[in-house]
Amino acid sequence: METLVTILAGVLVTVATYLLLSKNLIRVIIGTAILTHAAHLIIMVVSGLKTGSVPIVGEGDPVDPLPQALILTSIVIGFAVTAVSLVLAYRTYQEVGTDKLDELRGDPDE
Amino acid sequence: MNNLIVMPMALPVLMGIILLFLRPYVKVQRSLSLLVFVANIGISVYLLHLIQQNGVIRLDFGGWEPPFGILFVADSFSMLLVLASSIVAAACLIYSFSSVEPSFEKNFYYSFVLLLIAGVNGSFLTGDIFNLFVCFEIMLLSSYVLITFGGKKGQLRESIKYVIVNVVSSWIFLVAIAYLYGTVGTLNMAHIADRIAESGQTPTLTVISVVFLTVFALKAGLFLYFWLPGSYSVPVTPVAAMFGALLTKVGIYAMFRVFTLMFYHEQQITHTIIGILAGLTLIGGSIGAVAYKDLRMVAAYNVVIAVGFILVGLAVATPAAIEGSIYYLIHDIIIKALLFLLAGTMIAVTGQTKMDEISGLIKNHPLLGWLFFLTTLSLAGIPPLSGFIGKVLIGEGAVGSGSYVLLALAFISSIFVLYSLMRIFLTSFWGETIISKDEEIPAKKGWIVSTCILALGTIALGLGAEPMSVYIQDAAETLLNPQIYIDAVFGDN
Amino acid sequence: MKINNVILRTVAKLVFFIILTLAVYLFFAGHNSPGGGFSGGLVLASALVLLFIVFDIETIQKGIPIDFKLVAAFGAFLSVGTGFGALVFGENFLTQAFDYFNLPFFGEIELTTVTIFEAGVALVVVGVVVTILLSISEDE
Repeated sequence: METLVTILAGVLVTVATYLLLSKNLIRVIIGTAILTHAAHLIIMVVSGLKTGSVPIVGEGDPVDPLPQALILTSIVIGFAVTAVSLVLAYRTYQEVGTDKLDELRGDPDE
Repeated sequence: MNNLIVMPMALPVLMGIILLFLRPYVKVQRSLSLLVFVANIGISVYLLHLIQQNGVIRLDFGGWEPPFGILFVADSFSMLLVLASSIVAAACLIYSFSSVEPSFEKNFYYSFVLLLIAGVNGSFLTGDIFNLFVCFEIMLLSSYVLITFGGKKGQLRESIKYVIVNVVSSWIFLVAIAYLYGTVGTLNMAHIADRIAESGQTPTLTVISVVFLTVFALKAGLFLYFWLPGSYSVPVTPVAAMFGALLTKVGIYAMFRVFTLMFYHEQQITHTIIGILAGLTLIGGSIGAVAYKDLRMVAAYNVVIAVGFILVGLAVATPAAIEGSIYYLIHDIIIKALLFLLAGTMIAVTGQTKMDEISGLIKNHPLLGWLFFLTTLSLAGIPPLSGFIGKVLIGEGAVGSGSYVLLALAFISSIFVLYSLMRIFLTSFWGETIISKDEEIPAKKGWIVSTCILALGTIALGLGAEPMSVYIQDAAETLLNPQIYIDAVFGDN
Repeated sequence: MKINNVILRTVAKLVFFIILTLAVYLFFAGHNSPGGGFSGGLVLASALVLLFIVFDIETIQKGIPIDFKLVAAFGAFLSVGTGFGALVFGENFLTQAFDYFNLPFFGEIELTTVTIFEAGVALVVVGVVVTILLSISEDE
């Protein structure tokens, strides 16, 4: 199971890298979002995948509650960052009239 | 337990939220946010005094004892940086009152400044590595917004680069935390340090430490500074000053904390890498500082040089060098804010951004000219200004450990700093006055007041080196003896 | 822009309340099982977003005349406020308290200050999501 999820994380990183290197701004932002989710999978894997009971209040062998807290926090942060960058991309599109990164290049004398 | 420790972060957060409700009342917003920073200065001075008496203080959030809960740990190093950041924030805020447009102020400018400082202070104080990540993100999210205030084309372009670079580096941070958690099974920094000291720094842990180094190098601009000059030269002046003074310093702080508390067992690997990167940073920064004519670019490359200089101290890691780095870090927070504010003021009064388009400024703005000269001297390390002692101590440390290449690079870079700023001083302030007094935009009172506060700060830090040294020696001692920090976290509260 | 989409409108009116119920369920379930303020808030926000998409923005703003920026601000204030509330009682920052009460109709029930914190989180999420939607769609 760990191997499978690790491969999945690898696939997500590959996809995200491909998107990050594209010229379209929206694709880059989606790439960053996918990248974050790959990191969440890695957090899940390194702390061990297993079926257990609820920590603290449950009975029997509990699962580690910390990775879930980390992932939730990170999802919230990722949500905020994606929201900010989407609005930024939208504003840039309004201001400059393009979402192609190579057309955003500044003047040489700037 | 002392709830005061959380105040440098919690007060700005609370006030930032309250200001959202006070959107139309600009005057109230201004005075409340200034009040918060002044309160933070008072709190950090009091806490510094308290740490001197009782040792390192900690606060467990929600009463969860370490290593289970999140906690804030205040030692002299963190508190000195919190104090410096509060002073700089207050000065930049005073500068903002008379320089940012009214439309910014109505669009939550002060809220974002407060949240930025909350993130910075939180990063300095936290004792949990994941919480460090969260505080970084609070700081970065506010900075994403602050960098775009103004909405010009160049700003938007640079902010896209800035956001993407930081999102990717945050991702590496998250992965590094995941690896570390998988290896040592804890996130409390003192607990990690304890476990690494017990089991020894295995090769896996050394690799993880290099991943952390990559993250902080991206955030601090250690060698990976390619994004820095562009994004620090576009925002409005007070924001640029806060960025230049504080954001890279948070990365440097994190590097100091991680490599003195947790990963200090394999110094010949990690600290050698830091040393090489610091040397390359000094070279690159020096070339950049003399290559550009845009005032803000020169200032931004000076930030890069300072990053390299401070980390020479960490790479050498002798007591004198660490002490010097702490001293230089505080000095640099104050002086870089001053440099950016002065460069911004020069651009504001003349309307030009390149140094050779400005000439003879000293006739109409003598105070501005002499403040700039003072900054130049302080950055070059002329006694009795504040840059001197830091440079001497780092140099002493480098000699003591025989790192002569780093020593040479550090001091040659100081000459480049002096040259790059003297060039501005000579071309822009001396020479024929090409702009008559009526055409110039007069310098406003708030600009002069805030730059004077910071100038007094650098003089006071230089002259007051003796009384300050008690706190700085304590900070260096805690950094060099991780056991003090670990005992404070696991001892009785 | 008005699209006369009868099916979507009829369904949305019904589904809106189902989503709201799910949001409230997730919010309260979050205390001991999966759910909580963030996910509850997101579901609640998605209900509002559905309304904004199906009916046009002006109509909904007439019906719900709230500044969602202030909703987010109020939520954040509530959440941070519970942290500060602990200081009043001389406890560590962010300390949460809970106790069991016998209420009429509900019977014995656990009331905690975490719920206030979570309510703040939910309000922030609702406020932020709707604000993003409105600020992107407003200037057309």
